[in-house]
Amino acid sequence: MDPECSQLLPALCSVLADPRQPVADDTCLEKLLDWFKTITEAGSSLLLLQENPCLLGLLCHMLKPQDLSPRVLAFSLRLAGMLAAQEDCFQYLQQGELLPRLFGEAGPLGGAAWTAPSVRSGWIQGLRSLARHPSALCFLADCGAVDTIFSLQGDSSLFVASAAGQLLVHILGLSLQGPAEGHPGLQTGDWPVCAQKIVSHIEESLRSAATPQITQALNVLTTTFGHCHSPWTQVLWVRLSPLVACLLEKDPVPAAHSLVDLLLSVARSPVLSSSSCGLWETLAQTLSHLSPTQAGPLALGILKLQECPQALRAQAFAVLLQPLTCVLEATAQAPGLLDSLDGTGGASVTVDTLLPSKAACVGLLCRTLAHLELLQPLPQRPSPWPQAPLLGATVTILRLCSGSATPTSDAGGHLCAFLVGCVRVQRAALDFLGTLSQGTGPRELVTQVFAVLLEYLTSPDSSPTVLKKAFQATFRWLQSSPETPGCSDLDPHAQLFLRELLPVLPKRLCSPCWEVRDSGLEFLTQMIGRWGGQAGFRRALLASEVPELTEQLLRDPESYVRASAVAATGQLSSQGLRVTPASPEHPGGQQKSLLAELLHILSTDSEGFPRRAVMHVFTQWLRDGHADVAGDTERFVARVLQVASQDLDWEVRAQGLELALVFLEQTLGRPSSHCPYAVTPPVAAPPSPLAQALRPLCRVQLFEFAFRALFDCDRPVAQKSCDLLLFLRAQTASYSGPQGSGNVPEVASVEAALQRWQAGDQGQPLGYLEPEVVVAVLRSMDLEGLRGALAESSDRVEKSPQSLLQDMLATVGALGEDEADCY
Amino acid sequence: MCLVLSNQKSNMKLYCLSGHPTLPCNVLKFKSTTIMLDCGLDMTSTLNFLPLPLVQSPRLSNLPGWSLKDGNAFLDKELKECSGHVFVDSVPEFCLPETELIDLSTVDVILISNYHCMMALPYITEHTGFTGTVYATEPTVQIGRLLMEELVNFIERVPKAQSASLWKNKDIQRLLPSPLKDAVEVSTWRRCYTMQEVNSALSKIQLVGYSQKIELFGAVQVTPLSSGYALGSSNWIIQSHYEKVSYVSGSSLLTTHPQPMDQASLKNSDVLVLTGLTQIPTANPDGMVGEFCSNLALTVRNGGNVLVPCYPSGVIYDLLECLYQYIDSAGLSNIPFYFISPVANSSLEFSQIFAEWLCHNKQTKVYLPEPPFPHAELIQTNKLKHYPSLHGDFSSDFRQPCVVFTGHPSLRFGDVVHFMELWGKSSLNTVIFTEPDFSYLEALAPYQPLAMKCIYCPIDTRLNFIQVSKLLKEVQPLHVVCPEQYTQPPPAQSHRMDLMIDCQPPAMSYRRAEVLALPFKRRYEKIEIMPELADSLVPMEIKPGISLATVSAVLHTKDNKHVLQPPPRPTQPTGGKKRKRASDDIPDCKVLKPLLSGSIPVEQFVQALEKHGFSDIKVEDTAKGHIVLLQEAETLIQIEEDSTHIICDNDEMLRVRLRDLVLKFLQKF
Repeated sequence: MDPECSQLLPALCSVLADPRQPVADDTCLEKLLDWFKTITEAGSSLLLLQENPCLLGLLCHMLKPQDLSPRVLAFSLRLAGMLAAQEDCFQYLQQGELLPRLFGEAGPLGGAAWTAPSVRSGWIQGLRSLARHPSALCFLADCGAVDTIFSLQGDSSLFVASAAGQLLVHILGLSLQGPAEGHPGLQTGDWPVCAQKIVSHIEESLRSAATPQITQALNVLTTTFGHCHSPWTQVLWVRLSPLVACLLEKDPVPAAHSLVDLLLSVARSPVLSSSSCGLWETLAQTLSHLSPTQAGPLALGILKLQECPQALRAQAFAVLLQPLTCVLEATAQAPGLLDSLDGTGGASVTVDTLLPSKAACVGLLCRTLAHLELLQPLPQRPSPWPQAPLLGATVTILRLCSGSATPTSDAGGHLCAFLVGCVRVQRAALDFLGTLSQGTGPRELVTQVFAVLLEYLTSPDSSPTVLKKAFQATFRWLQSSPETPGCSDLDPHAQLFLRELLPVLPKRLCSPCWEVRDSGLEFLTQMIGRWGGQAGFRRALLASEVPELTEQLLRDPESYVRASAVAATGQLSSQGLRVTPASPEHPGGQQKSLLAELLHILSTDSEGFPRRAVMHVFTQWLRDGHADVAGDTERFVARVLQVASQDLDWEVRAQGLELALVFLEQTLGRPSSHCPYAVTPPVAAPPSPLAQALRPLCRVQLFEFAFRALFDCDRPVAQKSCDLLLFLRAQTASYSGPQGSGNVPEVASVEAALQRWQAGDQGQPLGYLEPEVVVAVLRSMDLEGLRGALAESSDRVEKSPQSLLQDMLATVGALGEDEADCY
Repeated sequence: MCLVLSNQKSNMKLYCLSGHPTLPCNVLKFKSTTIMLDCGLDMTSTLNFLPLPLVQSPRLSNLPGWSLKDGNAFLDKELKECSGHVFVDSVPEFCLPETELIDLSTVDVILISNYHCMMALPYITEHTGFTGTVYATEPTVQIGRLLMEELVNFIERVPKAQSASLWKNKDIQRLLPSPLKDAVEVSTWRRCYTMQEVNSALSKIQLVGYSQKIELFGAVQVTPLSSGYALGSSNWIIQSHYEKVSYVSGSSLLTTHPQPMDQASLKNSDVLVLTGLTQIPTANPDGMVGEFCSNLALTVRNGGNVLVPCYPSGVIYDLLECLYQYIDSAGLSNIPFYFISPVANSSLEFSQIFAEWLCHNKQTKVYLPEPPFPHAELIQTNKLKHYPSLHGDFSSDFRQPCVVFTGHPSLRFGDVVHFMELWGKSSLNTVIFTEPDFSYLEALAPYQPLAMKCIYCPIDTRLNFIQVSKLLKEVQPLHVVCPEQYTQPPPAQSHRMDLMIDCQPPAMSYRRAEVLALPFKRRYEKIEIMPELADSLVPMEIKPGISLATVSAVLHTKDNKHVLQPPPRPTQPTGGKKRKRASDDIPDCKVLKPLLSGSIPVEQFVQALEKHGFSDIKVEDTAKGHIVLLQEAETLIQIEEDSTHIICDNDEMLRVRLRDLVLKFLQKF
């Protein structure tokens, strides 16, 4: 601990010990504990105590009967535990009987302070830190802490209850660290007393008729098997698994959720899953006993396991698919589809039992679809993957939701009544449908997929969120549709679909709901990005009203829509898909050029999103050598940088640096070593090839922009600028021109100006800079140092422990006013 | 105090005069009152007629006459053919509610729930001998008047010499093609009423406010409640002291311009008559408004005109409000919006003055003060212009492309006919149907072939079936009565079990010309007791908290009120036959035997019997009580809940002994 902090600590301790002084807040105390933790982890706690007797004083003070704030009491308990984690310090504290008085019956445990959850939590956390060595175990046994922890498992505060459970796991692990580790065959009867006590408590809880107690026991076991993979866990499981199996015989199965967690935790444990302790049988039994809603997460967990018997996997998959099988059954789908989903011979479940009410039906279907979506991309997913039936079921669900399915059975009718217009199921099904695009399907099913997607995209009843998902799924399906051999155009079916889709898109772009316009534009941008170069797509798009409408949306009242319109128009223009201006139908004649329009948005739009989008489009245009830019690149870059440098949004300024970097690379060229076959432009003849190369950068005032950004109040901008200048300096280093030393006074004045900028006075512009001056300034600047400073977090000064201590003292007025750190 | 009507059978009946679920006309006989609930006018009959063009239309006047298959052309003056459909070339006629099912002159009151449901009022009040009162809220009356005025105006301004009647002959109608062949009760179809009849009908209306209680002959009380569907629209509660009937007609739970629906007051109804649900249960109004706006923008952007056939009040206010928010974002600020109706001006102005009938948001605007509806601003900025007719100012202001709102939604009369003829030929133009009352395909039939685009965006804010099922769960009526259309899925979507009313017990359904006996028995009637009679009562407490007293009184009933009056003093017999005769009617006032109460505990009774020397006692349980058998004495004591019989053979002494024993266990007063 540095001397400054040591000096402040006694004052702080007396503030904390004084019940009349209010402590700032919990976060200060948390930070203080963090600080002590780093100190105790790095060095001796005993030494810390000896060097700072005020700490011991604070802890002793807690023992006096007084009106202490629960916060400070909790803090002290945690601090004591943290210090006692080291055995020598533990012994030291034991000498003064401090620990039993803090954590035993005589401590806050019996007092009024115990009613505060923070004190109970502090007590548990203190013990948790303390329990690191065998002496601690004896201490715990002596002070009867374990019984208290048992009772805290049912605490009214969930945090306390959960921490109590975890502490039990920790103590169990600690007590078995020595004895059982050495003798894996040691039976529980030979375990240390403390461990036996905990195991008996768990057994008792598992036998209890009260669900909360069973839940507590299951949670403790779940944590144990999840965190500890020592051989003794196997002994424990062998002893407890019959009790767990007994739970399955009850109807309904108590604490099913926790039971599923436990079984999955056991199955994931490398020690337990490899042994033959009846785990797979228990899992199979559980799958068949739990209700469909409870069994879903278990089935998913089983299917995610790396190693697992095939039969169990099949059973789990059948459970997972049950709701979809029901849907197919109720809507009397082709029997072929049904067989492959229900191939495991499980008792077929009817809609009435599985999907009895609207809420149950919606919940179960959403969960099932989400589970399958998670499973689909995994390598260990069931094989063969029933792609076709899944597609069939998902399409059917979507049709039931939209009311377009015509079920013939009563069960189908009920299902239809439950699902019609249900946005939650629609969203889940569309997400899953999108995921299914990764696989193939029979042609007629794919046709059905496109038909149902079109139905959703067309329907006026599709809610904005559903529509967004429908757009996303559509793009994924189009992306996965096979390309026509020979050319990379869309296949004829997709083209046909596109022909039907494109008339829908204008309507969506005119929607009064901005979310719909926005997702329509996003979809369009994706489509152009993917197929903008393909003839079929281009023809269809140009024949529609979409390009014109997109451009009109640049003036949309909603900023998100404007931003998306900017991106879409930029794409359209890049691909040469912009509508030709001044057609006879537009007697307005002179249409503003898109570049001018985007520049107008960049300089005048009141919202950040459209301006950021413009910067992205411009950067892309510059990169691609867009026709509007290539004509006069320098003028373009100069204009954009000028506007961007004044922007209030840091992302716009950062994107300006990105654009500057592209320009820089294009002007200076990549180092020739990177690209041996590139045609190297002939290096301009002396007197000054460097000057020649840098001149365009100077003309567009790139340096002024970059230097200004270097001292930007937003760190990402400054960092980016620093990187750019470092890159530039590296580039110029390879040039061996004259070092521009002839212009010393100008260099000095630039440096002076930059210093003023750094100090916050950025009023005065630099004006035109000669290349030699720039190089000289760059070489004289400590860019590496600046980069290092920027890499540190901005609150590094305020985060220091000294500042923390000063702060805490300042809030209670224990420091003189002039010393207060008022950042 | 209440009277128990033990054997009174149901005397509540519902006479169903209209089969149209959203244009209801029912008569409720409840206690001694006859109440008509709404009188909607089914105008779908006009779809069988040729449109009435405001300006001579060569196309319409040159349509070929229709002839029978055998070439017989005797109907060719009356019936014209257009694109395979046959239309009556005559003044349009309306299908009236049933007038034969019940003598309408006996109707005491008519309760109107909203302005769409009063369009048949003149037919009822002016031609049936009706002498009662009509109750409605002020906006209902004012806007209803506008609707009627518009209707009369539309029809009267295009006088048609011809009135076809030949085709109505039953034998001839059989030979006609559908839908004319299947049209029901064509003989009762009537021409439109006159403005004079409208005025006379409206003069019979008495204005009411929400939650106002109106006494009808002392027998029942009726109360209008906000129904959330239109300005001043109401549901009605009809109740007596012990019975409550709710009449729900045209209600909405959506947040549009009217005051929200009052659901709480509908609770605890014995019967809930449910009519006026959405006609398009599969279309969500929000989605339809979106569709409306998008299609409007797309058409106008392409240089086309948009025609919106509509009523002059109602959804148009909400549409204008949506457009107000939308036109700037869609770049339509320069497009003129025209609202053409003989009552356009009054409708737009009325909407702004009925502040107390508006939703909360709009009410608060009034205090700012701002006009509650933003169409005021549209008018101020010249974006929305309104005209009584397309003649006059409109023709000089008219600029295209534009959006025109005009009536009538049936496309059979009104200025809309002209615009259909004018714009129908160009595929750039679009007609957008927003009113759900008419099938848009049937409405368009006489305009075929048609090049203009047709978009169907029916906006019906009335309750859908999901909302109904929530409402019924909330208010829990004992019985639900509704049109038969609501008790099964729509014929075109027979699998949609969600598109019907699902309640327990199942709803009772009605159809046109049916009489329903409503399933509830009147069990109690409230009786007042005169103070002096009450004074004379001497209650005796028979159980803690329960006191009884016997009353001898005369029950006096007048105007459905029942009063217990003290019996007249017995007059001294002063001779004279007349007097004596009068006193015969006076109830017998001599002192009565005491009344008994309580029950006989069998075990204790048996013990008491034993104590009094009876032996050989047997007790048998029966369905209604017990039989105590005194075998020696050959005597039977039958103890039941409300009677005790002692059966012994001519031993009066024994009987009296036993009786006294029994009486010891009972309380007397």
